[in-house]
Amino acid sequence: MKPLDPRLLRRARGARVFLAASVLIGVASGVLIVVQAVLLAHGITGVVLRGSGVAGVALALALVVAGRALLVWAQEVVAQRAAAAVKSTLRRQVLEHSLKLGPVWLSGERSSALTTLLTKGLDDLDPYFARYLPQLVLASTVPAGVIGWMATGDLIAAGTVLVTLPLIPIFMALIGWATQARSRRRQHALAVLAHHFADVVGGLTTLKLFGRAKAQESAVRRVTDQHRAASMGSLRLAFLSSFALELLASISVALVAVGVGLRLVDGKLGLETALMVLILAPEAYLPLRQVGLQFHASADGVAASEEVFRVLETPLPVRGDRTDVPDLRVSPLQLYDVTVRYPGRDEPALDGFDLELRPGEVVALTGPSGAGKSTALAVLLGFVEPERGVVVAGGSAADEFDPAEWRRQFAWVPQRPGLRLGTVADNVRLGCPTASDDEVRLALITAGAGELALDKPVGEQGQLLSGGQQRRVALARALITDAPVLLLDEPTAGLDPDAEAAVITGLRSTGRTVLMVAHRPALIAAADRTVSVGTRELVNA
Amino acid sequence: MSTPWQLVRPEPSVRWRLVLALVLGVAAAGSAVALLATSAWLITAASAQPPILLLLVPIVAVRAFGVGRGVFRYVERLVGHDAAYRVLGETRARVTGRLEKIGPTSQRKGDLLARLVLDVDAVLDLWLRVLLPVAVAAITAAATVALLALLLPAAGAAVALAVLIACTVVPWLTAHTAQRAERNIAGARGDVAATTTETLLTAADVLAYNAVDSVLDDFSRHDARLAAAERRSAWSTGLGSALLVVCIGGASIAALVLGSTANIGGAVFAVLVLTPLALADVLGGIPAAAQLAIRVRAALGRVHELVDTPDALTEPTDPLPLPTGRDLQVKLLRVGYDDGDVLDGLSLDMPAGSRVVITGPSGSGKSTLAAVLLRFLEPRGGEVLLDGVDLARLEGDQVRSVVGLLTQESHVFDTSIRENLLLAKPGVSDLQLWKALYRARLGMFVEKLPDGLDTMVGEHGARLSGGERQRLAFARLLLADRDVLVLDEPTEHLDEETGRALLADLFAAAGDRTVVLLTHRPELVPPHVPRQLVCLT
Repeated sequence: MKPLDPRLLRRARGARVFLAASVLIGVASGVLIVVQAVLLAHGITGVVLRGSGVAGVALALALVVAGRALLVWAQEVVAQRAAAAVKSTLRRQVLEHSLKLGPVWLSGERSSALTTLLTKGLDDLDPYFARYLPQLVLASTVPAGVIGWMATGDLIAAGTVLVTLPLIPIFMALIGWATQARSRRRQHALAVLAHHFADVVGGLTTLKLFGRAKAQESAVRRVTDQHRAASMGSLRLAFLSSFALELLASISVALVAVGVGLRLVDGKLGLETALMVLILAPEAYLPLRQVGLQFHASADGVAASEEVFRVLETPLPVRGDRTDVPDLRVSPLQLYDVTVRYPGRDEPALDGFDLELRPGEVVALTGPSGAGKSTALAVLLGFVEPERGVVVAGGSAADEFDPAEWRRQFAWVPQRPGLRLGTVADNVRLGCPTASDDEVRLALITAGAGELALDKPVGEQGQLLSGGQQRRVALARALITDAPVLLLDEPTAGLDPDAEAAVITGLRSTGRTVLMVAHRPALIAAADRTVSVGTRELVNA
Repeated sequence: MSTPWQLVRPEPSVRWRLVLALVLGVAAAGSAVALLATSAWLITAASAQPPILLLLVPIVAVRAFGVGRGVFRYVERLVGHDAAYRVLGETRARVTGRLEKIGPTSQRKGDLLARLVLDVDAVLDLWLRVLLPVAVAAITAAATVALLALLLPAAGAAVALAVLIACTVVPWLTAHTAQRAERNIAGARGDVAATTTETLLTAADVLAYNAVDSVLDDFSRHDARLAAAERRSAWSTGLGSALLVVCIGGASIAALVLGSTANIGGAVFAVLVLTPLALADVLGGIPAAAQLAIRVRAALGRVHELVDTPDALTEPTDPLPLPTGRDLQVKLLRVGYDDGDVLDGLSLDMPAGSRVVITGPSGSGKSTLAAVLLRFLEPRGGEVLLDGVDLARLEGDQVRSVVGLLTQESHVFDTSIRENLLLAKPGVSDLQLWKALYRARLGMFVEKLPDGLDTMVGEHGARLSGGERQRLAFARLLLADRDVLVLDEPTEHLDEETGRALLADLFAAAGDRTVVLLTHRPELVPPHVPRQLVCLT
């Protein structure tokens, strides 16, 4: 883990402003720390040696303390505001980039992992900005000032600090490096442990079904205890690095104090200088100790930002930028030998698929589950890159065109339509924001959903609508666009035969080119012709 | 479990470890204070140039305290972590035990369950980052005050006031401002989370309809509100830490002013003025602990809410022996939850070996009926009879040795296929495992896997497809050899075709067992299966 990720500064302006402000605050803090030490030493010496009053010193000290409090407060304010700005910048960038990476990249676990990253994950940057980075800045400003000032009074003490201070990061790095493997093993053991607990809790009903639940309480206790015993061994080593930090810092202060004391006895040093050195010595080590303490608190935030950069640095698929997409109302669309393989799978999802789609015809795609029917639609939409083969329209390959322009030729009804929070009309208008209410109503009627009110609310993920209604809203959303080709994935699943018939009639009436994944006989019968996808044998599901 | 505390309280065997960690922590923090105090004394005394012999004791003390802080702190961390992990293990066991008694949780607590593991981990923070450090700080600060009061009562009183503020007002202020900020931010944060989730879930639709820009603009509107709320709350977050600086500086200044006019030696005076500075180190962790305390309390509160549910049912004190017949009868069944009845007056006859398909929209009580048949839930009225014996007179485990369940999301444990199967019937031979797999039509698939039965299925069976997962769960159910199979929406997460194939295989493999299928897609049931169709409303 780098102390400060330069990508953070590059990507987020808020982080740069913050760093500049933190350096200013850090320098000011260093100055006030020195002033406070000088004032205290002066005040004490005055009383002890000369019996003078302390009113002036006390007043000045009060001002210094107020100043330090103000700086502490300002640092927090600056940090929180910077964190808010940086998080906001990163959220938008990540969301935009992952949308551009496309639905296949987003599929599966990744989309929920991204949601977690963008919400809770990025909030872990708060301690990184509020605690870790400021301490890092202080650690590079305060000790320099403190040692410099100490040197003006007592070179030997300043030398002691100057020699011991760098030992701390060196020792920490050495120990950290030596115990890295063990501490990773321990992290792993803890994760396994938490996972075991989660698995037991999640499967408790299943365990109960098979009469195995009552033993789990003691099983959890036993497993936890085994792991605790094992991980204490590596903790003994893992804590060594903070042990080195604490020990070096406090021994060094003791060394300085004793050394100064002995030089005082010899008369080589004045009391005031000696006190100043004593007060300053711990301050030289404090920021570094704080960095060590906050290092772990901020580790989650750093991990989150690394995750963010991993997403942002995932290269986008290379596509052309031609905007003169042939009009598929007149140009045929061809797929030649299209083969798609999803990452991490051995079997191709679509294997050597050929298809010609002529303007105005209605084609049904059939074939067993998993043969690649939906994948064929995804290829046409440009969501997946074929490993082999090509999609051709009007003599040009599809990947020469700007993807957004290309997609204008298609309207798509997926198997599980992604509806958005809002009203039925909002959802129908997704691809056609300017459509009038009448147009929306007409599209809904054609899709067999004339009974749905335009302002009927749609909940998150299509809630408040039945599965069949969701499909028909998605169909209306496709019909309202003027896209020449409709790509429909089982558009009538979940509809009763009457509704299905109405939908088919509606589709026919639009006169557009239709490519639809179909299982049901009524739908297949409604097509001009049928194309079968995939012949490979499927073992199961 | 009447209070969250009972979830996290340490066992007597762990208590002394915590006390030991506390003592070591005080010793470490006390060493830091003593290091500065003895150093101040040493230097001021040395300036009078006394014979070096007089300074030997403070010199040794300074060095000892310098070493002591590091050593004590190291041992404290080890002892503290050991104790905290012990409490964590105990808490996890307690939660598991409670959840076992409560039985399957209702939908409403689903999201609490999802966060449970992380929430229970808050026990570690509670002990290691809140209770122990705050106790160490308070005790060390009190001891320091006592020492200073011995030197000069007035200065002791002044420092005591500062410490009191640092231990009460500072954490309160920190917690209060953090909570207020959280309240102001929570709404906007929820909006951003919801919009993010929605945008990612509908990514394909948004791309297909070229609506990326408008969707991102919509997101940015929510996001800007969140950022603005966070910026507003930034003004108050540092107040606690700033006040702490004032307290410690103030204590030192007060000691300086009060000590300057008192009749005390120079060395004592230096100790009086400089010792409060060491408190910065001792009390410095309080604002962070206060902030963490809020989150810990919320997390443990959620755990408590989850487990603080009365047991789903009471087992009979003198259970009847399990009857031999397998006819099931539901008579005028009435079941419900806190917010009302879900089923009322349901009667059903399910003779041994029959096929019953129960349909109805979601919320019509299908899963509730399944819970009653498996004796996870006590009916409010009516009865369910097994061969004429009311299920209420039998123990849950007895009932579940006859009635088995396959749900829409059968839990597959993160272990091998073999272990997942053996769960149903420990100790059976591989031959029987293979038989069960083949009857569930998963045998071919497993045979083709390089590791066969030893294939690890991944978290929640992630390495299997939805259909394979359900078939594995079904093989497990067949292995357990229950006479009545309750299938609760087994095809819910499968596409139409896979679902149809699964149901056909389920009915075929069930043989002469009773099958109760609860589904809202009755059209997937193979047409040749003779069945009794019941519709719930």
